[in-house]
Amino acid sequence: MTPVAGLLRSPFEDRASLAFLALLAVVAIAVPVLNLSVPPSSAFHLSTYALTLIGKYLCYAMLALAVDLIWGFCGILSLGHAAFFALGGYAMGMYLMRQIGTRGVYGHPVLPDFMVFLNWTDLPWFWYGFDRLWFAMLMVAIVPGVLAYVFGWLAFRSRVTGVYLSIMTQALSYALMLAFFRNDMGFGGNNGFTDFKDILGFDLQEDATRSVLLVITTLSLAASYCGCRAIVNSRAGRVIRAIRDAESRTRFLGYRVESYKLWVFVFSAVVAGVAGALYVPQVGIINPSEFEPINSIEVVIWVAVGGRGTLFGAAAGAALVNYAKTYFTAALPEVWLYALGAIFVGVTLFLPRGLAGLLPAASRRQ
Amino acid sequence: MSSRGGTNGSRATRLPWRELREAAKRRAPPPLLGKILYLEKLTVSFDGFKALNGLTLYVDPGELRCIIGPNGAGKTTMMDVITGKTRPDEGSAWFGQDIDLLSLSEPEIAQAGIGRKFQKPSVFEFLSVFENLELALADDKSFWRTLVARLTPAHRERIAEVLKVIGLMKEQRVLAGGLSHGQKQWLEIGMLLMQQPELLLVDEPVAGMTPQETERTAELLLSLAGKHTVVVVEHDMDFVRSIASQVTVLHEGRVLAEGDMDRVQNDPQVIEVYLGA
Repeated sequence: MTPVAGLLRSPFEDRASLAFLALLAVVAIAVPVLNLSVPPSSAFHLSTYALTLIGKYLCYAMLALAVDLIWGFCGILSLGHAAFFALGGYAMGMYLMRQIGTRGVYGHPVLPDFMVFLNWTDLPWFWYGFDRLWFAMLMVAIVPGVLAYVFGWLAFRSRVTGVYLSIMTQALSYALMLAFFRNDMGFGGNNGFTDFKDILGFDLQEDATRSVLLVITTLSLAASYCGCRAIVNSRAGRVIRAIRDAESRTRFLGYRVESYKLWVFVFSAVVAGVAGALYVPQVGIINPSEFEPINSIEVVIWVAVGGRGTLFGAAAGAALVNYAKTYFTAALPEVWLYALGAIFVGVTLFLPRGLAGLLPAASRRQ
Repeated sequence: MSSRGGTNGSRATRLPWRELREAAKRRAPPPLLGKILYLEKLTVSFDGFKALNGLTLYVDPGELRCIIGPNGAGKTTMMDVITGKTRPDEGSAWFGQDIDLLSLSEPEIAQAGIGRKFQKPSVFEFLSVFENLELALADDKSFWRTLVARLTPAHRERIAEVLKVIGLMKEQRVLAGGLSHGQKQWLEIGMLLMQQPELLLVDEPVAGMTPQETERTAELLLSLAGKHTVVVVEHDMDFVRSIASQVTVLHEGRVLAEGDMDRVQNDPQVIEVYLGA
């Protein structure tokens, strides 16, 4: 009798995973070294601007991973992941605001400037606890996670799928944007949070602090990648791919499709939230425009460009498209949106598997 | 029926026994005992069109039953009701004595022991043959368990057994999307076997198969009957003749005739419906 093979594990995927993690290790080591240890006069010096930019791309790569997991593997096209990203960012922003303390314009020991400006006298209850980093970090995961749980529970249980679900996720993001624009929400209205001073006592303007943030971001990206890969390679991962390809068939095999979708959605939202939390101290600002529906759509484009359903492709797509965005918005600002549209159309027409599809063995398996 | 006649004779016994017996009777509303599937007076209407119209059908355990009928007779709708995809407007559906199918969701029905093969072969195209069978495995199917599930040697053996039965041992690593039409049909039957259901519902298993493939499918289904109960919906009359002892003819959402193939084929009503006389 022919022996039964184990599960189909593609050696290509394992190699790609290793290469991806090795690349992250190089980034985590080389970027801070080039920034901190190489003198600015040297040709190899990496500017703080570039370091921050790379940190930003890494956060975007994490967000792209989250979207790839839910869209590429589970078939749920979420057009609202920017909302989870922004919520994580706001939770971090609240901590950073409370760190400012008396150094604000109005010098109030507890209230952030915008509250003093609005003549508030007390800290709203939902700001309690955000003077501690551990509490803020907990909220970074819990707030997007709980929102995703409630939204997903309602949507998946009612068997809302396909384009209707996508529209609902857009609406969710849009509603949050409108809410956060309001001054009386207590999140700084349209200005959001900015002018951060330090994190755990370390000056955010220091190169060393920024380097550490970049290393933490790289590690988080690597951990998220391993987490997503572990889910995808488990039997649960095969079930979610089965749901993507034939949902009702999966149900007739005895799987509670709703529960699978829900937990993957929640995990994905938490990853997005953590990405947002790492993004805010590096770019130094968070405001309601992060909730804009267009942001979520851009993430989908990164994933499509990099290669849907590959994880590493999604992360690479996020970095590449954002590099292009940085380049175009500086060199030819009026062209960027057309270029983005052209990239998306071009990839959809000519590279349905994204850039990862150009790699020789990737086409074997989705 | 005669078993219930005993109630009179047991008047003398003490009250609790009678109560228990009454309770048992209430739990088993169908009048016939010992069936595996009871469908009674099922009615399903879509925008006024009655896909099922008071359908009543019983299936014995271990039986291989064929359901035939012209298009729109309600065959697929009946399968949908049994598997929980469609809820009837009226009627009842019981699996054995104590499982009310109308109160369960699709995954619950599947886990209770009813497997279904669809009309169009529906396998998971981006998973390998092996993985398709793995997902069909009768095992804990909750998210948190599958997240950490590993295949035990017994599982592997079971998969190997099924691979052999469906003749796809060599193709186990191939993505299911790359199989031929007939192979996909078999893979789907294999997935049913992995579930080890008591009742298999098989919708048009030989559609699009070559004569040889049809013959092998007939053998496969015949070998399953007895251990499992098999209900087959099929259009191919030769195929039905080759496998079924009992045939039920549906027409306009009701049972038109029931019996062995010869009796059914000579039934004047059936001839009228099929030949449009």
